[in-house]
Order: sequence, then C-alpha cells, then structure tokens
Amino acid sequence: MSKKLLSVVLASAMAAGVLAGCGSTPAPAAAPAPAAEEKKEEAPAEEAKEEAPAEEAKEEAPAEAAADEGKVLNIYCWNEEFKSRLTDHYPGYEEVDATNGKIGDVAVKWNITPSTDNAYQNNLDEHLLGQEAAAADDKIDLFLVEADYALKYVDTDYTMPVADLGLTADELANQYKYTQDIMTDSNGALKGVSWQGCPGVLIYNREAAKEVLGSDDPETVQAAVADWDTFVKTAADMKAAGYSVMSSVNDSYRVYSNNVSTPWVVDGKIVIDDNLMKWVDDSKALVDAGETGTHALWSDDWSKGFYPDGKVFAYFGPAWLINFSMAADTEGSIANAGGWGAVEGPQGFFWGGTWIAAAQGTDNPTLVADIMRQLTTNEQIMTDIVKADSDFVNNKPAMEAAAENDEYAFKVLGGQNPLAMFCAGAEKIDLSNLSPYDQGCNEAFQNAMKNYFDGNSTKEEALDIFYKSVVEKYPELTY
Amino acid sequence: MNRKNSKVVSYNKWGYIFLIPFIVVYLVFQFIPLVSTVYNSFFENYRSGLTQIGPNFVGLANYAKLITNGDLIQYTKNTMIMWILGFIPQIFFSLLLGAWFTDPSLRLKCQQFFKTVIYLPNLIMASAFAMLFFTLFADSGPVNSILVSMGVISQPFKFMSNIWATRSLVGFMNFIMWFGNTTILLMAGMMGIDQSLFEAAEVDGATSNQVFFRITLPLLRPILVYVLITSLIGGLQMFDVPQILTNGTGDPARTSMTLIMYLNKHLFSKNYGLGGALSVMLFIITGILSMIVFRFSNSKK
Amino acid sequence: MNEKKTNGVSVHTRRLIAYIVLIILSFLCLIWFYILFINATRSHAELTKGFTPIPSSHLMENWNNLLHGTLPVFYGLRNSIFVSVCSAILCVYFSTMTAYAIHAYEFKLKKFMFTFILMIMMIPTQVTVLGFLQLIGKMKLDDSFIPLIVPAIAAPVSFFYMKQYMDSVLSLSLVEAARIDGAGEFRTFNSIVLPLMRPAIAVQAIFTFVSSWNNYFTPALVLHTDKKKTLPILIAQLRSADWLKFDMGQVYVMIAFSIFPVIVVYLLLSRNIVGGVTAGGVKE
Repeated sequence: MSKKLLSVVLASAMAAGVLAGCGSTPAPAAAPAPAAEEKKEEAPAEEAKEEAPAEEAKEEAPAEAAADEGKVLNIYCWNEEFKSRLTDHYPGYEEVDATNGKIGDVAVKWNITPSTDNAYQNNLDEHLLGQEAAAADDKIDLFLVEADYALKYVDTDYTMPVADLGLTADELANQYKYTQDIMTDSNGALKGVSWQGCPGVLIYNREAAKEVLGSDDPETVQAAVADWDTFVKTAADMKAAGYSVMSSVNDSYRVYSNNVSTPWVVDGKIVIDDNLMKWVDDSKALVDAGETGTHALWSDDWSKGFYPDGKVFAYFGPAWLINFSMAADTEGSIANAGGWGAVEGPQGFFWGGTWIAAAQGTDNPTLVADIMRQLTTNEQIMTDIVKADSDFVNNKPAMEAAAENDEYAFKVLGGQNPLAMFCAGAEKIDLSNLSPYDQGCNEAFQNAMKNYFDGNSTKEEALDIFYKSVVEKYPELTY
Repeated sequence: MNRKNSKVVSYNKWGYIFLIPFIVVYLVFQFIPLVSTVYNSFFENYRSGLTQIGPNFVGLANYAKLITNGDLIQYTKNTMIMWILGFIPQIFFSLLLGAWFTDPSLRLKCQQFFKTVIYLPNLIMASAFAMLFFTLFADSGPVNSILVSMGVISQPFKFMSNIWATRSLVGFMNFIMWFGNTTILLMAGMMGIDQSLFEAAEVDGATSNQVFFRITLPLLRPILVYVLITSLIGGLQMFDVPQILTNGTGDPARTSMTLIMYLNKHLFSKNYGLGGALSVMLFIITGILSMIVFRFSNSKK
Repeated sequence: MNEKKTNGVSVHTRRLIAYIVLIILSFLCLIWFYILFINATRSHAELTKGFTPIPSSHLMENWNNLLHGTLPVFYGLRNSIFVSVCSAILCVYFSTMTAYAIHAYEFKLKKFMFTFILMIMMIPTQVTVLGFLQLIGKMKLDDSFIPLIVPAIAAPVSFFYMKQYMDSVLSLSLVEAARIDGAGEFRTFNSIVLPLMRPAIAVQAIFTFVSSWNNYFTPALVLHTDKKKTLPILIAQLRSADWLKFDMGQVYVMIAFSIFPVIVVYLLLSRNIVGGVTAGGVKE
C-alpha cells in the first residue's frame, strides 16, 4: 500500500511552503486568547482604512452569529492540518478534545476521514447529498478540498460563492490568482479560498552542477534547464557523468500538466493535451537512454537521490518539499550539507495546497465567513502562520516582505533565499484549464504511461489502458 | 402432542430452530443488499461527481458491454494464474508439513514451534505486508543488492515492471500469508483422526508414504475439499494483495488485474449498474468452477 | 524405531530434509516481523534511506510521538478488541450451530439449505458492500459497532468448515446417547457437541478474529467518531497525516503495536490446535 498511500497522503494532504529559521522562532500566536488581544491592539495600526470596519465586524461577528445562527459548526476534512491552524491562529477557538472545539458558544465538530481509498470523498459526498434533509446542527458547514478534485465540488450547488458570504474582491486581492482559479466555477463565481500557496521550482544538486555544468550558480543552471529541449540535452550530459537528470519521470509530470492549453475533458470527450504528449515523448526518450527512472513518488527508489550516492541532479518541488521532505535533519544527506540550489526551471507549476469551501445550507454563514476572512486575508494572522508553521501563505505582501528578508534564507539551499522565485512563480501559474476529472485523469495517465516507458506496451496500448481506466471511473465520458 | 409418535419429528424441528439465527442475520445483512445488486444490474445507475445518473432501465445492456469488450476473459485468466502460482506451493507445503507432523517415525523436535510460526504471517495486515515488500523488492532494495553482489544479475531487476515477476510476487505473498492457514486446517483435521489407526499401521509395518496416502489423505477428504473450494473461491475473490502491490493499476499493462480489482474500479463512480452486472457474472464464473471442483472431487471417491 | 527404509531414503535423511525445509519456511515467516521491528526503531528520515538490517535507536521516540499525538491509540485498541472478540465468538458459536443443524437432523429443506449456503459463499463480499452501506444508513446503524459484529453470525465459510469437520469427526452416536440420557437438544449441543468441536472452533476463532482485526474496508466506511475507530483506520489516518506530522517511524510503531495483541491471542488459542487435542470422545 505504501506507494499509493504515500503519494495520496503526501501529494495531497499537504500543506505548503516553509521558511527556514522558523523552527527557531517561537510561535507568537500559539494561544488563542493572547492572539485576540494582540489583534485588538494592532488593529488600528495595520491598514486602518480598509481593515477597520471589517475588524469591528469580526470582533462582534461570532457573538452575533451565536444569537441567530446554528450552535454547531461541522467541519469535514481528512487530516489535522487545518485543525491545528484554526486552534493556533483563529481568535477565540478553544480546544475541547481531539474532535471537538468551541468558538464562543458554538460547538465545533471535526469529522476527520482519511483520504485513503477515496474514503474522505465518499463520506463527504454522502453527507453533502443528504445535506438538505439533515437537521440544522448536522449540516456540513465547512469542508476542505484539494486542487485535483476541487471542481467536482466547486462546479455544483453544494458549495457557496464566497461573495454570498460577504467576502469582497478587495479583501481577496492579495491572494495569488492561481489559488482562486482552482476554486472558480464555470460561471466565474469564487467558491473557496486557501491560506497556502505552493508554487514550485527546480531543485538542483550543486555538486552535479559544478561537475557537469561547470558552475553551481543559478544563472548557469537555469540556462541549462530553460526549456524542455535544453533540459533533455542536459540529461545526456548528466548521464555521461553518472547522474540521473531527475529521479523519476513522475517528477516532471506536474510541470507539464500545469501548463496545458486544453482541459482533460471537452464536451464529454477525453482530450490529451499536446504538452502531455510532449511529456510522454520526452520521458520515453529519457527512460530509454537510461537518464531517469519510472519510480512512484515517495518510493524508496525515488528518495535515494536525497543522498549523494543516489546521483540525482534535480527534483521539482515547492518549498515544503525542500525543507521538510528531503531528509534535511539526517546526517549525510545533501540537504543536511546545504547542497541543493533552486532555479525556476523550464515551466512554472504548483504542488499541494488545501482549500476551504462553505457548504450550501450551512447554518453558520457568518462564522464560516469569518474563519475564511481571518485565515486567508488577515495579513497579521498569515504572517503569524508563516512564522509558526512555515507555510508559504497565500498573501502577496507577506511573502514579498519575507523574500526581501535574509532571515528567511534556506539552509538546505546553502543560504539561498528562493522566496522571490516562488513569489514570481506563483504569479505565473495559469490554471484556467482545469476540469472536475483531473484527479482521475492525471492518476490514470501517469499509471498507464509507465507501461509504455517500461516497455511493457506500445504507446497505443498504453493510451488504450488510459482511456479504459478513465471511463471506468467516469462512465459518462467518451474518447 | 403425542410424544411417542412425534419423537423423530420433534428432534428434527430443531434443525430448523438451529438455522434461525443464521437465516435471519443473512436475510437482513446480506440478502437485501444482494437483491439490490442484482436488480441494479439491469439499470444505468452511477454517480458523476455529485450528480446521480439514472436509474434508467437498460435491460441487458450492462451485460452486453462486459461481454463484448473482452476484458473479462483477460482478468479471469490473470486471477486464475495468480491463484495457481500461490496455491500450488501452498497445498504442497501444507500437505508435506501435515504429513511430517503426523508421521510418528520422524519424531521431529520443536514441532510446537514450527506449527506456531507458520501461521504468523497471516497476522500482518496485507497493507503492512505490501509495504515491507516494496522496501525489499525496490530497485535499490536489499533483494536486488544481494542478487547483484552474488553475481546472479548485473543490473538491479525491476520486479514491479515485469509481468511474470509481478504475478509471481503476488503468488508468493499469497503463499506466505495462507500456507499456515491451510496447514492449520489440515492439522485440525488430522487431529480428529483416530491415533490408533496410525499406531496400528506402524505395527503392521506400513511406510510413511503408505500411511499418508492410505490413511491420512482419505480421512482428510472432507477437509481437503473444503480447502480446495474455499481457496478457489478466495482466489477468485483475490483483491488486496495485487491491489496494494500494483497500486490498484493491475500493471504491468493490466496483466495482474483481478476480477475484484476490476469490480472495485466501478465502485469509484458508484456504478451500481455495471458493477451489479459484473457481480452477477462473477457469481456465475465462481459457480461453474466450484461445480467442476465438486464433481471432480466426488468422482474420485 | 525400526530401521525401515521408505522409498529407499533413511529416516535420518528424511528428518534432515524436514528440518531444512521447516527452517527455511520459518525464516520466511519470521523475517517480516524482524523487518517490522527494525523499521519501528528507525526515524522517518532514516526510513527514506531504504532498508538496513541493523536496528536504530528511535523506538521509544517513535512510540512517545505516537502516544502524544492526537490519535486515540488506546481507544482504538479497545474498539478493535471489542469488535474482533465479539465477531469471533458469534461467528464460531452460530456457525457450529448452523452446521450442527445440517449435520445432525433430517428435515425437508436440509439439502436445499446446504446448497444455498454454499452458493452464498461464492458471492464476493465486496459485491454487496454498497447495498450494505445504504441498508445500515436506513437502519440508523451508522457509526455503530453492530454492523461490524452481528453479520458474523451468518458466515458461510466458517459454517462450511464446521460442517466438513463434523463429517470427519463427529459421530451421531454420542448425540443419541445424550438423548437417551434425557438431555434437551439445546443442552446436547452446548455441552456435548461444542466441546468435541474444540479444535475446529479454535481454528475458526483465530481466523475470524484475525480477519476482523485487520479489516479496514468496512469499518472505515461505517465508523466516523474518533473514539470509535478501530486500529486499521487509525493507521490509515496516521498515514494521511499532513507533511509536517507525517512520520513513517510512527506508522511502523503503530503497526507493530496493533499486531502485538493478535499474536497474543493467536498464541493462546493455538495451544488448542497445536498442542494436540486428543479427540477423546470421538470414536468411529
């Protein structure tokens, strides 16, 4: 199970960026009560013009809500990440026990179902479908989704437009656009928000760069990976020196698939974008030349490149991968010695992230709106999240300030501060070509093509397997 | 009631009484869901995202779809191949161990230990077991490094990318997980055999082979039939090991996709229609194969 | 021992072969527990390096992290024990009863019932799971242990085993003797038949207990409250932890922790099987 679980788990459940040095910074807003006080004092200071009215509303909102709205807030999610964000940063949240909390006199109920075997979505679907019939206190008020399947919920009436909750475009202006693209339905209504951004970069092995490219400075490296054709050329040079250009073809998949010009499904027909066919052809060439492998992400074979003996030139990933998943605290790893560097790479992409959506029919709209507002638009709280939890937050001014600040240099990257690169990357991501079928299609495509790369089937047979498995999942589609 | 006349009847009514709990629980928890499964097989009925499609009556269209696309034969073949790969060593070693443990002339020491140990792998969850397999059989894993350092192969062998290696690993995992189970079943059966028969045979100077084939096997027949039938049915329902080992894809190129894995694919979209039809066909396939085994084992009598 | 040759091979050679095969098989059976133990002693970062046969020093650290995490590990243990013990007891008791009904009595529907139960055995359990979930939703048994325990009463596979076992060892003369002594049918079953079936009961009790203990699929769909969840669900939850908390070391410790009780139960019950029950009362 490990392969599947690990990839589901990490690829999905994960949060975002991380800033070095935060580990040593004590969390200022750990306890709810002090956080609330702190905000009161700071409210006038920070952007008084626009924030002040909202701030007042915020202070009173939960109390008012308590008067004429539901007394139970039901939250559906698949792990504890959001719970810890709410516990640590939402003013007035009190923890009762592992699955219960309190905001004012509203009881918060956490319904946590693991995402393994699609259990989270199955459970959520059943409850959303029964939402109308459910008693007010049993109705789902707020639930979390990931990018791959967001549209499945966003493009239905089961989610509420955030405008209906009272969040204005002005308030949301500091969020990265791609995080909103994902949650925008076919009529252009925004249905959910996130406190994280997860733009990615190409992470390269400095030793390999010095040995093969002659220098490990970002300009030289970027020139060698500026687009896919140069990337493939560099792969041959790497191979000559005994390095794999990347650990697995699945590393670059996300980069190609984030830059498509058609969605997976057009008018009920499955369409394979040219950029994805380019991924297939490029990858096949790399695999046949022995320049990379076909391992699943998170497998032992995939992560061996975290150590010098693994002989891997590059990984594609966001900040959280760099800081938390590359064995930085293990003696002997490249990350431990600060031996990685970061450049933009051939194309921009993102990896991970969790979005908050309000369920239609919620009996706590004011409270839900306030949670969204506090966690995803309040610059002060978001800066606290950066410091306390090392998320790359979905707030341009906060991240741009951090990009200027040398405190946020990455030890893993040998002292480089790549945040400016991440900020630039986040602005560039264009996700206008999403479909509700992305989760199933991406998974099926990577799995099916592995047969082609490994030489177990021809390209046509592999495509056939792909179509077959997509139609099994979505019987309404044709090809 | 007249006691004398109805004696037999009054005993035999207990046959019905003792069946009540089974029947009631079965009807409630399995029969109702089953009927809805069969009923659904004649409908187009699935979920697209959060939208329910159907139910629309489509007659036998679901069955026609399954039969015409030809996949069913391939997956039945895969399932049988992987079952046989696991079952042959499983039944062989179970009988061998059973024979050894009951053979008075061998006098094996530490029998207690061996008998206990063989069932232990079944205690590990299949998912945890598969995690360990991934670690061991990874391209850079210990099995490959041992094979390379012994000079058996020069390059790490990609177990999960080779059709027969993957199928054999599935068979091997099933064998390791289940041979202890089978041995225990057989031993429990052997325990029931009257020890004096063995003693008498020994006194008569029978060889171990004679004892095994003339006494043990014939008396074990009911249990052996049980083992064969349940293994076959269990084999046709093989799911978790290949599902986990291949990440649900049944790769390479769907050559290790079993029937239930295929069924499981349809559960993703809550496809009661196609899934129901597949279940009915699965039931028919199982029925036919079990019938053959029954016939075969009865004719040997 | 007579020096008889069997197939020309001396007892000594055969004994040697037997030992070699047994040792290899034992190795193949035990190695997994060793690897599991090794992995439980290693930290997450060490685990990403791949396998080594030498234990590391993080066992207590992993264990403490698990205990101080938010998962209700001991509730999980309690729930798993409760569900598995109840399932095993209900399953063996009622399977034996059902088998006894078919074995010992003559009645009109006997043949039909036997064939019928065999037929049900051929229906894959996954087939009906969606209908099953709808049903328990309607019965308001969602998030309850009942749908995980009660269906064990109707277990065709255990029934079939009991029936086959009775065919080979249970003679009806004992039952008739009890009837002559004036014992009621229900008492005969409880006090005479059940004890005779002990090896078979122990076998099926183990099998049912283990499969219920390791079951993830149905409990994950039925149980939602954290304090009601069984160990396999908690393991899955531990594995879907977010990146900051994700820790394979903890996962392995948790797996080891959840295997331990099954081993204990197995060792206790296995005495009944392995220890050699002299089937005293059973005479053909």
